Amino acid sequence: MATATTSAKVKWGFLDAVVVVFALIPVLWIASLSFKTTPTLTDGNFIPRDWTLDNYKLIFQTDQFVRALINSIGIALIATAIAVVLGTMAAYAISRLDFPGKSLLVGVSLLIAMFPQVSLVTPLFNIERNIGLFDTWLGLILPYITFALPLAIYTLSAFFKQIPWDLEKAAKMDGATQGEAFRKVIAPLAAPGVFTTAILVFIFCWNDFLFAISLTSTERSRTVPAALSFFTGASQFEDPTGAISAAAVVITIPIILFVLFFQRRIVAGLTSGAVKG
Amino acid sequence: MADIVLDKVTKSYPDGTVAVHGIDLEIADGEFIILVGPSGCGKSTTLNMIAGLEDITSGELRIGGQRVNDKAPKDRDIAMVFQSYALYPNMTVRENMAFPLKLAKLDKATINQKVEEAARVLELTDYLDRKPANLSGGQRQRVAMGRAIVRSPKAFLMDEPLSNLDAKLRVQMRTQVSRLQKQLGTTTVYVTHDQTEAMTLGDRVVVMRGGHIQQVGDPQTLYDNPVNLFVAGFIGSPAMNFLPAAVEDSMLRTPLGDLPLGDRMKRTLGAGDAPRQLIVGIRPEHFEDAKLIDEAQRAKGFEFTAPVDLVESMGSDKYVYFTVEGEHAAAADLEDLAADAGGADLPPQDSLVTRLSAESRVRDGADARVWLNLDKIHLFDPRDGKNITLHEGRAAGVAAS
Ligand SMILES: Nc1ncnc2c1ncn2[C@@H]1O[C@H](COP(=O)(O)OP(=O)(O)OP(=O)(O)O)[C@@H](O)[C@H]1O
Ligand SMILES: [Mg+2]
Repeated sequence: MATATTSAKVKWGFLDAVVVVFALIPVLWIASLSFKTTPTLTDGNFIPRDWTLDNYKLIFQTDQFVRALINSIGIALIATAIAVVLGTMAAYAISRLDFPGKSLLVGVSLLIAMFPQVSLVTPLFNIERNIGLFDTWLGLILPYITFALPLAIYTLSAFFKQIPWDLEKAAKMDGATQGEAFRKVIAPLAAPGVFTTAILVFIFCWNDFLFAISLTSTERSRTVPAALSFFTGASQFEDPTGAISAAAVVITIPIILFVLFFQRRIVAGLTSGAVKG
Repeated sequence: MADIVLDKVTKSYPDGTVAVHGIDLEIADGEFIILVGPSGCGKSTTLNMIAGLEDITSGELRIGGQRVNDKAPKDRDIAMVFQSYALYPNMTVRENMAFPLKLAKLDKATINQKVEEAARVLELTDYLDRKPANLSGGQRQRVAMGRAIVRSPKAFLMDEPLSNLDAKLRVQMRTQVSRLQKQLGTTTVYVTHDQTEAMTLGDRVVVMRGGHIQQVGDPQTLYDNPVNLFVAGFIGSPAMNFLPAAVEDSMLRTPLGDLPLGDRMKRTLGAGDAPRQLIVGIRPEHFEDAKLIDEAQRAKGFEFTAPVDLVESMGSDKYVYFTVEGEHAAAADLEDLAADAGGADLPPQDSLVTRLSAESRVRDGADARVWLNLDKIHLFDPRDGKNITLHEGRAAGVAAS
């Protein structure tokens, strides 16, 4: 028995290690590139021979990157907030109410999620140019919300369905209004779902390259993924790989912070004990 | 504290299901009333309408003399205990019980005092700081009770509050609920599909079926004088025996033999529209071992011989099962009862359940001579299930003159 568990542990440990290594090597490679000096960039060493922080200094000196970082953070946060709020309300209605057109709503949102985004880029480009949304924050926030909403609605309604409806009835019997019942009983229980959704939506907006590159033209609204592709080195003839790597490392930091911040709030099994199960 | 009046209350759901058909019911102040019936008969719907969780389609609901049809649950001042308990899992026991008081904007000291008081009554003091997830089923049930009693509402509504507990705990909690209700004297409407719970708990019992009230009365009345086949079969455990009967030559021909009819029964059955085919209902305890019957009693009853199937000795008395030959009693009511697995425990069709004295010497496999009390048997019209032995609300048997 004991040997069986040990060998099982070894097996699983090995598998885990393979997965972790597979996922982390590209990230570490980028990190390593970002610390290398330009001449040693292509030496193929995993651990830089010649450590430098120049790449980081460089990207923060260029207005281009700082400005893009601000755009990215602003646009992703606003889009996430709106998508999560709208998604919460929609998911609550879908999981709790029986209204005409409910299956249509669910179907349409699924359709949007499946729609190839590439095919929308050209029409969106034309529309936004005509109505003056091209190269503005709003011009990116709107499509982000559109594509994030189905995701938000789906994840959230799964969470809402786990919350026993009796709790809401009980709150009403205890003297709560509909609003109070939602705020004091349902919302705290739905919080893990809301945070999970927020993380997913934020990552989606943060990582988007397609819309960012097509619907922006200047630093005014260009987000980091798009800005990276415009990077040049210190001079035109210099290889910008080091700078791009540094920027790539920098932009993963907000994601990590965001996930860590919300993950602590995602406590599994929050609804256990509500009902005899 | 208040009385609750349902005046022709009807509920039809948007999909067209009529769950409750014009119910009339008056629940007195302080009364403990039980709604009982098979699954799907509209008990929860009725309770939810009283609570305000379901809209009333038509009719009027008055609590304490006031029409409350259009009032939100929170303005009705009623507390409810759910079958699922519906405890707030993110709050401790203390917070759960304090929740209604907080919403009522009471001050901290009062809330604390009331919660501790309720916890003491329900023996929950040691668990006040635990989360519901870390409580046993019985403790969760008590927290649900506690949340209802802390704010001294006008009435309690309970929807099968004990059905999630195991058998032993259910019996314990049953007495506790009963004691609590007596102590507080709060009007209580209690829903169950368990007839034992209904009989032991309530001041009065309402038997429902298919959205209609069948009979309202105290447990003994329902047991002794059921108005129809459905109530007769639903109340009582083991259930009443039903046998087919036909009226022939002023006698009642049954698989047990020809039973004599009294003058009153003859008159009733002589009427033009009287049914020819009937169903006889006899409770198990109205049989007795013929050897143990004294002469005076013997005259009031009827004797027959039947093969004994099985003897179960309970110590205090014996359950003896007989095989009866012949046709089975058939009626829509009986099919309804048989379909409801949880509620009534009808005996198998071709067996007769009797409860004889412990002194009886009947044995498995042998024939036994059995006496049955003619004053206690019921006759039902299979067409509408009505009890035709009822006379001024009391069952009078078939031999009365
Ligand atoms: N939301 C609804 N829409 C349509 N019909 C419903 C709805 N809720 C209940 N019903 C129907 O109304 C009838 C009564 O339901 P109800 O829940 O009151 O039964 P019950 O007596 O409480 O049964 P149980 O003992 O199983 O809890 C049932 O036939 C049920 O199918
Ligand atoms: Mg029910």
